[in-house]
Amino acid sequence: MNIILLNLLNGLTFAALLFIVASGFTLVFGLMRIVNLAHGVLYLLGGYIGYTISVYTSSYLLGLLSGAISIAIVGAILDRGLLEYVKGQELRQVLLTLGAGLVLNDLILVIWGGDTFSIRPPSTLTGVVIWGDFFYPKYRLFVLSIGVIVFISLWFLLNYTKLGALIRAGVDDHEMVDAMGVNIQKVFALTFMLGSSLAGLGGVIGGAFLTLYPTADSEILVFSLATVIIGGRGSLVGAAIGSILVGLLLTYGQIAFPELAYFVVFGPMALILAFRPLGLLGRKA
Amino acid sequence: MRNYLISSILLLIALAAPFTVSSDYQISVMTQIAIFAPLAMALNILVGYAGRTSLCHGAVFGVSSYTVLYLVTVHGVSLPLAILSGILASTILAGVFGLISMRVSGVYFLLLTLALGMIVWGVCLRWTSVTGGENGIRGMIRPETVTDPTVFYYCCLAVAITTGFVIARVVKSPFGASLKGIRESESRMRSLGYNVPLHILIGFMLSGFFSGIGGALHALFNGFVSPTTVALSQSVELLLMVIVGGVGTMLGGAVGAAVIIFLQNYVSLYTERWPMVLGVFFVLTVILAPEGIIGKLRRIGRSSGGAAPTKMSEIA
Repeated sequence: MNIILLNLLNGLTFAALLFIVASGFTLVFGLMRIVNLAHGVLYLLGGYIGYTISVYTSSYLLGLLSGAISIAIVGAILDRGLLEYVKGQELRQVLLTLGAGLVLNDLILVIWGGDTFSIRPPSTLTGVVIWGDFFYPKYRLFVLSIGVIVFISLWFLLNYTKLGALIRAGVDDHEMVDAMGVNIQKVFALTFMLGSSLAGLGGVIGGAFLTLYPTADSEILVFSLATVIIGGRGSLVGAAIGSILVGLLLTYGQIAFPELAYFVVFGPMALILAFRPLGLLGRKA
Repeated sequence: MRNYLISSILLLIALAAPFTVSSDYQISVMTQIAIFAPLAMALNILVGYAGRTSLCHGAVFGVSSYTVLYLVTVHGVSLPLAILSGILASTILAGVFGLISMRVSGVYFLLLTLALGMIVWGVCLRWTSVTGGENGIRGMIRPETVTDPTVFYYCCLAVAITTGFVIARVVKSPFGASLKGIRESESRMRSLGYNVPLHILIGFMLSGFFSGIGGALHALFNGFVSPTTVALSQSVELLLMVIVGGVGTMLGGAVGAAVIIFLQNYVSLYTERWPMVLGVFFVLTVILAPEGIIGKLRRIGRSSGGAAPTKMSEIA
């Protein structure tokens, strides 16, 4: 019983982290049709910046904030400085983010080296929670709650604010929104910054329990891709379902077939795609 | 006609190269080009002709390298058999990837192939008992007769010319024409009665077959394979070769391979930051010269010879 609960919680906490990262990815993908392949690197960069800040200020919260804010700025530079050149050309945009990702990843290697770092959570979040004879790390429960908070905030933002209405309208038909006199470029820029900052936030959160190392960006990118492919482009609920599915599959896969855990995640993904090429909740562009 | 001229000049340069260079290192650079040129051409079948940008070809060709080295060093299989198995492995992998991705196009195809390629990378990294994990598999498996760098270079060149010729024939065949048709307008091809997914699948498998040949040569050349060989950056490098040379021109693949490998070796003399240079180069190419070197040359040639015909893909 305890083992089942433990695995379930492990799966769900990883899913929560994945949701934070993938929701940013799917927002940008859904609204701007930009597949940001630098998203994984943004996650890692956010984690490293958060690590450095939290070491210097010995404040986890400052690390969290600096990770999210600095990556929002990096995202804005990426969007305005590079993607602007190939506006409206999906494939070239993807390739551009790929190249930018390579550069940023190497830059990380120059600045922080190849060592593994781990962000230290505040003392209130270390240790374990005890329920009867069941122990569980406090930090992982914190990650789970952050994931839920991010989901609720994004849900609220998308469904009950003007920006959210514009984003939803933009996902469906951004030319029409433009024609209605809305400055859609501003909405695009804000969405890209929001999406990037979620990657940075994820990096700091993940850096405390998954550690930070130079290839972590590819791993999180692949799982985010799987999440978005399963859930469908631009769908918040899809991202939530996708991340829970990927998180649980990965956790159980690693227990059952430690060496081939990747197959356990991507097998179902391939299956879903065979029947629903646009993902579970995806709609035609 | 111009293509034949450029091809023969390139061929002459390639044949004469060993006489003009002095060190084994320079010959090894030439050998790398001879190995990667057909790989880029194989990728170009998908990218340039079928209009499907694949980001998994590092994995497709790397699987062949893994298979060859694993069979020879661990199981003592004879080299020809191992090479055949390697090519088969790449073709089968391409077939599986093709089955999964044949129904999607555009960005979705790119995403899917990227994720699929990453699975191979993940498996190579984690399945330590077979792939050696991060250490990879090592073993000098080159037979005695081709240990001499110059001899091996000519062997690779012979293979490159043969595969290059065959690939060029394939894309000129009716099959190649229907691939191009799919690139220009999928719906039109479908309404004409063509089985689009099947064409993509066959194109993918052909591309995998030729990549397998390159992968086997790569194993012979390096005597080493590690997860880096199947990593995303390798697929990016191959794609960059195709883009730099010119998407949809077979010669472009060879030119792109030469440019990238020269650049890589040149940069490595001065700095360890090759990934950064590669990234910057990639970004600049995508922004400034999306049609590639050969594409640019053609455009210049066309505009000087009267009205430039509009590319179909620009209309569609």
